[in-house]
Amino acid sequence: MQLFSCPFCGPRDETEFHFVVEAGKSRPEPADRVTDAEWAAYLHTCKAPKGAAREVWLHLTCGEYFMMTRDTVTRDVTGSEPLRGTET
Amino acid sequence: MSGWRHDALGSEIDRSQSLSFTFDGRKVAGFQGDTLASALLASEHRILGRSFKYHRPRGLWGFGAEEPNAIFDVQLNGVTHPNQRATTTHLVDGMAARSVNAAPDAARDRFALLDRLHRFLPAGFYYKTFMALGWKLYEPMIRRMAGLGQVDAAFEPPADTPQINATCDLLVIGSGPAGLAAARAAAQVGRAVWLIEDAARLGGSLRWRGGQIGGASWADFATETQADVEANGGRLMTDATIWGAFDHGLFAAWQRCVGAPDRHWRIRPRQVILAAGSIERPLWFANNDLPGVMSAEAAMFFLACHGSLPGRRLLVTTASDRTYAIARAFADAGAHVTVADQRAEAPEIDDIRQIRGANLTEAKGRTGVEGAMVGGIKVPCDTILCAGGVTPTVHLWCQAGGKLDWDPDRDMLVPRPGTAPLTVVGAANGTLDLAAALAEGHAAGGGTGPAPEAETQTTQASAPVRPDPSLPGRQWVDLQNDVTLKDVGLAGREGFTSVEHLKRYTTLGMATDQGRTSNFGGLAAMAAQTGRTIPETGTTTYRPPFQPVPFGVIAGPRRGDLFNPLRRLTLEEAHRDVGARFREYGGWLRPSVYGVGDEVTLAQDEARTARATVGIFDGSPLGKLEVIGPKAAELLDFTGYMRMSTLKPGRARYGFMLSETGVVYDDGVVLRLDETRFIVSASSSHVDGVRFRLEDARQDRIGRDQVFIHDVTAGYVTLTVTGPKARALIADAGIGLPDLPHMGVVEISVGDMPLRVARISFTGDTSFELTVPARHARALRDRLDGALAAQSGRWIGLEAVMILRAEKGFILVGKDTDGLTMPHDLGWGGPRQKRQDEYLGKRALFTPEAKSNMRRQLIGLTVPDGARPIVTGSHLIPRDGTRRSLGFVTSSYHSPTLGHPIALALLEDGRAQMGREIYCFNDGDVRAAQVGPICAVDPAGDRLHG
Repeated sequence: MQLFSCPFCGPRDETEFHFVVEAGKSRPEPADRVTDAEWAAYLHTCKAPKGAAREVWLHLTCGEYFMMTRDTVTRDVTGSEPLRGTET
Repeated sequence: MSGWRHDALGSEIDRSQSLSFTFDGRKVAGFQGDTLASALLASEHRILGRSFKYHRPRGLWGFGAEEPNAIFDVQLNGVTHPNQRATTTHLVDGMAARSVNAAPDAARDRFALLDRLHRFLPAGFYYKTFMALGWKLYEPMIRRMAGLGQVDAAFEPPADTPQINATCDLLVIGSGPAGLAAARAAAQVGRAVWLIEDAARLGGSLRWRGGQIGGASWADFATETQADVEANGGRLMTDATIWGAFDHGLFAAWQRCVGAPDRHWRIRPRQVILAAGSIERPLWFANNDLPGVMSAEAAMFFLACHGSLPGRRLLVTTASDRTYAIARAFADAGAHVTVADQRAEAPEIDDIRQIRGANLTEAKGRTGVEGAMVGGIKVPCDTILCAGGVTPTVHLWCQAGGKLDWDPDRDMLVPRPGTAPLTVVGAANGTLDLAAALAEGHAAGGGTGPAPEAETQTTQASAPVRPDPSLPGRQWVDLQNDVTLKDVGLAGREGFTSVEHLKRYTTLGMATDQGRTSNFGGLAAMAAQTGRTIPETGTTTYRPPFQPVPFGVIAGPRRGDLFNPLRRLTLEEAHRDVGARFREYGGWLRPSVYGVGDEVTLAQDEARTARATVGIFDGSPLGKLEVIGPKAAELLDFTGYMRMSTLKPGRARYGFMLSETGVVYDDGVVLRLDETRFIVSASSSHVDGVRFRLEDARQDRIGRDQVFIHDVTAGYVTLTVTGPKARALIADAGIGLPDLPHMGVVEISVGDMPLRVARISFTGDTSFELTVPARHARALRDRLDGALAAQSGRWIGLEAVMILRAEKGFILVGKDTDGLTMPHDLGWGGPRQKRQDEYLGKRALFTPEAKSNMRRQLIGLTVPDGARPIVTGSHLIPRDGTRRSLGFVTSSYHSPTLGHPIALALLEDGRAQMGREIYCFNDGDVRAAQVGPICAVDPAGDRLHG
């Protein structure tokens, strides 16, 4: 059982969290200028890095989305910050 | 030929307390402090089980979790505990133990003749043979012959295991010399130590190997350690197994308790010291599975702790100096001992018969050891004690991610320092010398000053022991799963040379002992066969659990009703009072029908009444998400398919929420109470998902200070009044309704009761959703209930509501839609065509797939009068009879309003098929139906506006 740290609630069991998206993936807009390929890439492709990863996670119990920095091999969690920097 | 009890030895039994139990129906005596194994070892019973595949007689091998043979179904106080290892089961008066995998019992097993067929039953035999002959036919028979204990199907263990989460400063696993030294050193510098011991007593190998520590008995050292640990805020647990090491330093412990439920601990220590000890390896010779062949270390344990001896004439086979203390102990106890040492250079001893430089090649005997061939000479004996070397117990180390190094000097795989966040000490680290183990433990515990002293053994020499496949006869590698060296050879010849393949092909190491005694032999044999070293050959993966743990312990109270607890209605009792029958709908326990009798008939009656006069149903589980703030409308425009910013205050609008894939995720009505205040009615099972999508848009797009989202579902109760007499009933109930148009919403008060009225219909009739804070639920319910009779109305359950909504073609997302359904498939193409702004899922509605004219669209189906309803889930197939699914039936009911069956279905290009005939296929049965509009009752909407 991994321990993740919600920037608002502190360390909690991994079962309280849900993966959302890899960091830096932004929604292509407006729709009428997005090609089918771009949209498909947005929906379906992930980098799934081996090693250092930055990801958006959701803490299901408090409802906050936040940025987590972790290592997908060693499972070390090295950072956890609110989605919009200091705006909390 | 049988075991016996020494009249003085046995430090852990209480001879003043005799216990009695049965084995395979025969009475056996024991003492308080015995295990089933120690009592049986001292008895005349030698055959304690039958092997898994060949049904060979098997006796006791080990003394702990590694025991592969002595596995029993143990009955105590009317409860059967299947597959208990005799070695880890404390003897209780009145126990009844039955051998497993044997009929009628272990001594007289009728499947024993299978052993004569062994040459026709090589590794993989059953699969190779019976897969070709139709596995399903033979599987039941093969399964009956194989397998272990019988589960008592009637037995339901109580769900009473407490689940305890804990943290501690230092966790010490194992209380042998190294573990004790570590715990004591840490406690003495003021740390709170949790010392966890798998066995019933502290001491580990000291219990049978003995020893002086610091000039006094080891038992004093253990007692002092216990006192130090407890004095410094620590905790000591015996009979507790750390059964797994998990991510981020979590350790699970199963604590066995007497007279109380077991406990399950989830421990997160800041530091862990692993002192799990080691396990003795077997030796390989022909018939090395005969009853009477036993681990020397195990025999020593039973001699010292229980005074149990396996025989009178013992042959001790070894290649290590460490075994001589065991030979000496048995000679002193009065047994006739011969030592066969594989080393020509073995140390000479005076008073015990010794054969040096000779290999044991074969055990003689049919149902037990009667002699042995050593260096070509027959040695008479009734017991063979084997010491094939030592394997450190590194399971938890490896589970925690640790790697192993091959140490050729010590002939063992030892933990590679720094590869896991544990400190390994003592025998688990390959350190077998008592003084060295104490020093390691002392250092790991942060001890100050000198380590506890013990006499260092001067000679610890040993030679590696390896299997020799060239010997004639069958040599067992895995006793429980019946794998011989020949099977390993066959696997190698067939190309299964990876240890992971070897394991799965031969089942080596896959038994309940998890290969504790077998893996090394298989690994060494495969290494020799393929010309590789042991580190090149590698080990299989260590996974939890360390030893079998009852599921009930892991599950704790979380099963049955508590496995996935249902949500309950505030008014559940009130519904029960008027005869409601409950069922689960989307995680909620809700009334299905009211009254006594056939449910289908009741639902039809209820639906008919609701159409004729009035019905009331409890709609409380419907999600109520408040969306409040200056940007509330902007948020809902983005998250919804239908625009909500154009909605006027005091009005409601039906809408979809899409996934970014364009697929309909949820549907529901949005109420606008004022400019900045909305209520989103999510489907009862989708409330959390909808809430998180709203939160996502709020936090990542709209701005977290401009809009707020509250899930208030549980705070309110909604009763929906539907039918032509709905308005009259509400008036009779003393609730003054303002003139409210269809899709109008208003907040009023009735006395001190704030009441929200929404004229929204899920039935096609005039309906009012009356919503009050939960504390007023009973008051509202009583008012409405009191007015029912005068209007000839009734409470209606969810089954009737399902019929009413299906008659109107109102969908349930997830039932009438699937993971591909887009809004235009449901006839809601407007926003897709018209909306210029961005919204969730928009782009996905314009992919080639979304624009295809072969999409499955929602349609209605009718069947000729008098026909049965179509089975829900039936596939729709072309009229030419080809078996190609064009879609399927999503909802199907008998319509009480129309008097004939109706159905909804998803059909490829369905809207173009109106009026045409289609075939429905179900379970081989094919019948015709006609494609029609989705709304079967009152398509003009007269009832709604009447």
